[in-house]
Amino acid sequence: MDIQNSDNKVAKKQGMTRRGFMQVMGTSAVGASLSRAALAAANQNETPEIILSAADTVKINLHINGADRSVLVEPRWTLLYVLREVIGLTGTKEGCSRGECGACTVLVDGVPRYACMTLAVEAEGRHITTLEGLMQGEELGPVQTAFLEEDAFQCGYCTPGQIMSVHGLLEKTPRPSMDEIRVGVSGNLCRCGAYNHIFRAARNAAERKIK
Amino acid sequence: MAEHNNIYYTEGLSLPETPPPGEEPGFWKQTRMVGKRIPRVDAYERVSGTAVYPSDITLPNMIYGAVLRCPHPHANLIKLDVSLAKKMPGVRAVITGQTPAARNLTWKYNNYSGPLFDTRCRFEGEAVAAVAADTHFQAWDAVRAIDAAYEVLPFVADHNKALSEEAPDIHDNGNLAGRDEYARGDVAKGFDAAEVVLENTYETQCELHTPMELHGCVATWDKDRLTLWESSQGVYAVQSEIAEVLGMPLSKVRVIGHYMGGGFGSKLKPGKYTVLAALLARQTGRPVKLILTREETYLCVGNRPANTMQVKAGVKKDGTLTAWDFACIGPSGAYPAGGTALVDWQFRDLYACDNVRCTSEDVYINAGPARPFRAPGHPQASFALEQMMDDLAHEIGMDPVALRLKNIPEISQGRNRPYTTTGLKACIEKGAQQFGWEKAVQQARAHNQTDSRIKRGVGMGSCVWFVGGGGPPSTVIIKLFRDGSVNLNMGASDIGTGTKTVMALVAAEELGVRPGVIQIEYADTETTQYATPSGGSKTVPTESPTVRNAAIAVKRQILEMASQDLEVPAADLDYGGVEIISRKDKNKRIKVTDVSRLKKRGVVVGIGYRGPNPSDKSVNPFAAQFCELEVNTKTGEMQILRFLSANDSGRVLDRLTYDNQVFGGIVMGIGFGMTEFRQLDARNTGRLCNRNWHDYKLPTALDVPVDMESLPIEIDDPKANNTGTKGLGEPVTIPTAAAIANALFMATGIRFTRAPVTPIEMRRHLTAIKEG
Repeated sequence: MDIQNSDNKVAKKQGMTRRGFMQVMGTSAVGASLSRAALAAANQNETPEIILSAADTVKINLHINGADRSVLVEPRWTLLYVLREVIGLTGTKEGCSRGECGACTVLVDGVPRYACMTLAVEAEGRHITTLEGLMQGEELGPVQTAFLEEDAFQCGYCTPGQIMSVHGLLEKTPRPSMDEIRVGVSGNLCRCGAYNHIFRAARNAAERKIK
Repeated sequence: MAEHNNIYYTEGLSLPETPPPGEEPGFWKQTRMVGKRIPRVDAYERVSGTAVYPSDITLPNMIYGAVLRCPHPHANLIKLDVSLAKKMPGVRAVITGQTPAARNLTWKYNNYSGPLFDTRCRFEGEAVAAVAADTHFQAWDAVRAIDAAYEVLPFVADHNKALSEEAPDIHDNGNLAGRDEYARGDVAKGFDAAEVVLENTYETQCELHTPMELHGCVATWDKDRLTLWESSQGVYAVQSEIAEVLGMPLSKVRVIGHYMGGGFGSKLKPGKYTVLAALLARQTGRPVKLILTREETYLCVGNRPANTMQVKAGVKKDGTLTAWDFACIGPSGAYPAGGTALVDWQFRDLYACDNVRCTSEDVYINAGPARPFRAPGHPQASFALEQMMDDLAHEIGMDPVALRLKNIPEISQGRNRPYTTTGLKACIEKGAQQFGWEKAVQQARAHNQTDSRIKRGVGMGSCVWFVGGGGPPSTVIIKLFRDGSVNLNMGASDIGTGTKTVMALVAAEELGVRPGVIQIEYADTETTQYATPSGGSKTVPTESPTVRNAAIAVKRQILEMASQDLEVPAADLDYGGVEIISRKDKNKRIKVTDVSRLKKRGVVVGIGYRGPNPSDKSVNPFAAQFCELEVNTKTGEMQILRFLSANDSGRVLDRLTYDNQVFGGIVMGIGFGMTEFRQLDARNTGRLCNRNWHDYKLPTALDVPVDMESLPIEIDDPKANNTGTKGLGEPVTIPTAAAIANALFMATGIRFTRAPVTPIEMRRHLTAIKEG
C-alpha cells in the first residue's frame, strides 16, 4: 500500500501538523486515495508551527443528518468514535475499526464510506448521513422498510452498514442488477449470513424508491 | 384505551382449545399465525438504529477499559511495571494479579481452575493487566505504557504434535485433555462382512466465530450491586459465572443482554473481560465499558478447533454399511474445553450400521481455548463422513443419494432408543427431488465430457444434530392487561434467530392477539424469568412450549373469571380472543375486556413451565443439503451456483426467519468449507498470523450463491413437545462443507480431504495432477 507508506513517511518526517494535515485532507476526497501530488505538496511543507499531541483537541464542525454540530476532538479520533461515543449516534456500529467489515458505513457527501477509516477531522465540512438520518420522523425510510419486510438481517449488527450501502448504491444506480447489488454490499460483512435476504431487500428498496 | 381491532386478529376465527387444568394441551392441528412469513416484532428497532446493543451503552460518568495481553503463545510473566501507565493522562485504574481485589480470584475452564491473572501464560492473548481511562484511546495508550517482560517458553501449536515427546507440557499432567471411546457391535466382523473397505484421513482447520458485535460489556456498581450489559447468548449464564467468580449472591448481579450482535456459541458464557470490567468499575467507582478489539476476539474468545479424523468404512455391494472405525484428535486450546466432544456423533447416529468404533483424543496446544461453535464437532465429522459415503457410493457404483437412503436407521443408534420423529429419509428424498438431483448429475457429467476448462459438480450431504429437542428448565410469564393487550416475559436471549418474534407468534396463536401488540421483556436477570442460554438449537423447542403453557394459564384463569360473569362452568366456555362464548348457548358471551375480575384486577398473570421431554425417545432435527458448483480448472476459482437445504426441524414457527436461518447456516458452512482457517505460525513464533477480517476470510456477498432454497420437511411431532418444534440453527450448517467437497470431487475428480478448499488449495491439487 503505497499511500499508507508515504502517509507514514509524512507523519514520521515532520510530525503531523494541523495545517499540513488539513492541507492534505483538504485536497483529497474523504476516504478516497490521496493523490501523489497532494502528498508531495505536504512533504514540501515548512517546519511545523505547532505539533499537536494526541491529547490536544480540535474544534470541528460536522453536518450530521442535516444538522450542524461542533465538537472538540482529538486529531486521532475516528468519525466512528465521535459519532458513537461523543455524539451518541449508535446506529453506526463498530465491527473491526480497520475498514474490513463495513458495519460503520455512513454516507459522506452521499457516498458510502467506512467511518472507522475516516478521521473526524477529515469529515469537517462534509455532509454525513447515518442510519438515523434515513428516518422520516418515526417512520422508516424506503431501504429500511425493505430490510424489515424481507427480514434482511439476523442479529442486526451489520444492518445499519448494509442499509447505508444499499442506500448509497440506489442513489447512484436506481435500477441495479443482481450483480450490482452484490458488489454494492460486498464491502459489508454479515456473519449471520443473511446475504440472500439483503439482496432481496435491495431489490425491494429499488422498486419502492422508483415508485 | 386501544381499539379492539388493533389488538385481535381473530374475527370469525376459532382459537386452540383450552385444556382443563392439569391436562396437557393438544397438538395444533391448524394454525393462524404460526408458520406464516411474518416480519420480526423487533425489526423496526433493528433497522432504525434504536436497538441498543451492549456496545452502544453510554452511561453518565462512564470510562473505558482495555486489556494488556501476553504476546507469546507460552511464557512466564517475569516483570510487570505499571507505574508509568498509572501516570498517563486520563488513567483511573490499573489492575494486575497484584491488585488486592484481583489477587485471589479464580477463573475456570470446565473442571480446571486457575488464578484470574496467571503469570504462566499458556496462549497468546492471555490477560496480563487491565486499565480504565477517560477515553478508549487513553486506555490503550496506558496499556502500551505497561512494561511487561516474559520468559518465553517452548510451545506447541499443532495438535498432531501435542502428544509427541518433543512437545512441551502445557499442564502438569501433560497435554492429553481427555479421551473418549465408544463401541457397538464388532468392527472386525463388520469389516469381514464388507465387500468394499475404504480408509482415508480428513483434516478440518480451526474456525473462529468472529460475530459482528465485539465481545464485551459495560459494568456499573450501586454499592454492592453489580449491573452488567453484556453481549451475550444467555444472561443467566453470565450472572451465575460472575457471581461465582466474585463471590456474590446471584441477586446482587444483574445482567442485561437485550440486543446482541451475534455469538454462534462464543457468547454462551462471560469472559475474563467481564470480570475485569467489574473490577475496574468497582475500583474507580465509575461505570466501565470494556469492549474487546477485533484482534482480541481472534485470540481469546473461542474457536471451533481443528480436527484430524481417520475413517475406515466397510460396505456391501448392495449399499449396506457394515462397519465404521473412526478416530479423531483435536485440541481444546490451552485449557480444557471439550475440543473433540461430539465429533464422532454423526458416525454413531446418522446412518444405520451395526458395528461402530469411535475414539476421540482431546489435547492441549498453546492457543486460545475453544468454545462451542455452532454444532460443535458436527461439521468436522460431516466433512469426513459424507465424503467417505460419497467414495463408497462411487466404489460400488451406486448413486450417493441412493446409498444414503439405503442406510436410514430406524432408531437413534447412538442413544439406543427411537426418535420421536425422523425426517432423514424425507429430507434426502424430497430434497433430491426438489433439487433435481438426477438431472443435475447427468448434466454435470455431460458437461464435463466437453473440453471446457470450467468443470461442474453436484454434491450432497445429510446430518443429524446431537440434541435440538430443548428441555427444562424454563419459566415464562404472560400478562394480559385489562384492555386485552399482552406482555410476554422470558429470560431467553434473541441472538438474531428471531426468538422474540416466534414466541410472540406462539402467544398470539393461543390468545388471538396480534403479535405486534405483545410487549416483550427478555434477557434481563432482574426482571425476566430463568432461562438457559440460547445455544444447542434449543431455544425454540425449550421456550415455545413454555410460552404456550403460559398463554394457556392465562386463558384458564380468564375462563374461570368469565364463568362467574356468565354463570356457565368454565369447562363449557370457549376462549375466542375477543370474546368468551358458551359452547352450549351461543348467546351467553362476554368480551374478554368486560370480564369483571379482569377489569377489577387490571391484569391476569399466567405462568408457564417447560415440561419434561419424553424419557423413552430422542428428539433430533435432521437435514440434507445439495449444491451445484463450477470450478475453473485453469485458475482454481470456484463458484457455487445453487444450494438447497431440506430441514426436518419439526413445525416451522415463522417461515421468514426460518429461511433466513437456513441460508445463514449455508453461508457459514461455505466459510468453513472454502474460506476460513486460523493460521498459527506453528514453526517459528506460534503466534496467530491472521487476526483480522482481511487475513481471515469470511464469505462475502460475492461468495454466496443467489440461488438458495429452503425446503422445510414438516412432520407432526406431538411427542417432542406441545409446539412440535425441534431446533434449526445448527443442523443448517453441518453438511454444507461436505456437500461442497462432494461437488468438487465430481467437478475435478479430486478428493479434498482438507478443509477449507481455498482457490490456492484447488490450484495446488490441479497443478499436482498436471505434473503427475
